[in-house]
Amino acid sequence: MNFFIEVLAGGLLAGVMYSLVALGFVLIYKASGVFNYAQGSLVFVAALTFVSLLERNVNFWLALAITLVVMVVVAVVTERVVLRPLVNQPPITLFMATIGLSFVLEGLSQMTWGAQPHGLELGIPDVPIEWLSQKANINISQLDLFAALVAGVLVAGLAVFFQKTRIGRALRAVADDHQAALAVGIPLQHIWAIVWAVAGFVALVAGLMWGARNGVQYALTFVALKALPVLILGGFESIPGAIVGGLIIGASEKVAEVYLGPYVGGGIESWFPYVLALAFLLVRPQGLFGEKIIDRV
Amino acid sequence: MLYREAGQFKSTYAEDQQIFPILQDRIGIGVILVFAFFVVPAIATQYWFSALLTPFLILSLAALGLNILTGYAGQLSLGTAAFMAVGAFMAYNAELRIPHIPLLGSFAIGGLCAAAVGIVFGLPSLRIKGFYLAVATLACQFFVLWAINRVGWITNYSSSGVISAQKIVIFGHTVGTSAGKYLLTLTIVAVMALLAKNLMRSETGRAFMAIRDMDVAASVIGIPMMKTKLMAFAISSFYCGVAGAMYAYCYLGTVEPEAFNLDLSFRILFMIIIGGVGSIMGSFLGAGFITLVPIFLNLSTDWISSTFNIEISHTVVSNGEAIIFGALIIFFLIVEPLGLARLWQIAKEKLRLWPFPH
Repeated sequence: MNFFIEVLAGGLLAGVMYSLVALGFVLIYKASGVFNYAQGSLVFVAALTFVSLLERNVNFWLALAITLVVMVVVAVVTERVVLRPLVNQPPITLFMATIGLSFVLEGLSQMTWGAQPHGLELGIPDVPIEWLSQKANINISQLDLFAALVAGVLVAGLAVFFQKTRIGRALRAVADDHQAALAVGIPLQHIWAIVWAVAGFVALVAGLMWGARNGVQYALTFVALKALPVLILGGFESIPGAIVGGLIIGASEKVAEVYLGPYVGGGIESWFPYVLALAFLLVRPQGLFGEKIIDRV
Repeated sequence: MLYREAGQFKSTYAEDQQIFPILQDRIGIGVILVFAFFVVPAIATQYWFSALLTPFLILSLAALGLNILTGYAGQLSLGTAAFMAVGAFMAYNAELRIPHIPLLGSFAIGGLCAAAVGIVFGLPSLRIKGFYLAVATLACQFFVLWAINRVGWITNYSSSGVISAQKIVIFGHTVGTSAGKYLLTLTIVAVMALLAKNLMRSETGRAFMAIRDMDVAASVIGIPMMKTKLMAFAISSFYCGVAGAMYAYCYLGTVEPEAFNLDLSFRILFMIIIGGVGSIMGSFLGAGFITLVPIFLNLSTDWISSTFNIEISHTVVSNGEAIIFGALIIFFLIVEPLGLARLWQIAKEKLRLWPFPH
């Protein structure tokens, strides 16, 4: 039983890490309807910039600030160069453009900072929490717990940002209806740049967590692929969906790997989340919290 | 002047509905085929065959397969490479386990197995649409590669998962040279492209396009949704499967499952986007573009480093190529979102009036 709880908790916490990446997708999809494949690259760019600055003896907070500035610049340039000329194109074209963007981002960051893997120390060791393993014999990593806390704070912060601030309300208006938002005088282009910058900030947080976990290396871009089943399970437009979806995917993936994996030869983590999400979609085609799809002729 | 259909009268329905209704098109296709079958083998070098022409043709076929599904039937798929992998590995197994089977038979079996897998992973398309479906097809991509790596039977229990394609024997002749492989590929691709062109003017093809344009409306006017969508998946995966089998036999020779990773799926998707979604010719144009760009970039970096005498480090070159490749894709999407095929259409309109545009 203890072992099961340990696996489940580990999965849930890993799921939070997926949610962090999925959040960035949701933000951009909500505001602009763009399925942003480059989110994984944004995570990579943020983590690589941050860790490279740290290695050049830049103060932690200063490095964080500089990285944030870099992400904002990336967002503004993306809006200007990629999104604005592609306004009103079909979604698949925008999707392909973000794949192109991911090539550019990965190439630029590796050209600037080099391609070698880095270790990242946040000051939180990736070791089990002592009193929990002594009292209940359950091993849960401190880093995972910290990541979960950060994700919680991040989501709460975003919720406040969306509900209470002027920009947040504008973002929600744009997500609701582009044309109506334009009609009441919300500048669409600014909103897109802002939302990409917010997604860049989320990517930075995700990059720090994942970087501390697995090291900052090219493989970091693949976390985007881990976030996709989370997205379709939770629904593309829903922030709570990204969180709940992440928890479901993370927990079931670990449980399946431990209990089902040995029967089929292991390594099922690569596809199990997708099949789970797929099976789920057959029942609810728009995901858990996605907007209901209404077809009209 | 050159491309004008004035004066070409159609007096029967058959004439009106033929695959290439305009005389100039028929001549053009004929010239291209003659050039590809007779002139190219005479002038091309070994390097051209094995590094350029054969992969170009094979990837064109895969892009054509994806174009049938995405461009004509409107179902976005990111699992193309998986279907190619099924084709490649099942053709290998057919050749290995069925005695006296001709190679083309193995290719067909590879294609049919891919079609079966395509139908299974196409089932969700009945409920799911758009990007949800695209992500769902990723399940196919990861599951198939996992299965090939884990199930020993598929790779004939080779420890590393790598298989070596058997010798190519067609009607008792062993095809060993790269020119021979090129001709074999060209024949298959030409026949299948013609079949695809033919399919798209048939009832099935029109049903595909109706579903692409608006599936609710299509089902209202009585197009069977399930049959048509699954048919699109089956035909598309069959094309991809055959392309995969040829990728293994005519191009790579020694195949590891990783050759069919997600990158390949994306490259093929790029091909149809840049070439033109919903266009047979676009598949070829896009495949040509995507195959040529890396080679061209390679040559130009070599040229730059030799003329200006500067040593460019390896990381800069590989990252620079990625950046330019990505930027080119974005550039193309912005300048011509309908792809190279659209440029050709515009050129045709111009040619119709040339040289007197009034």
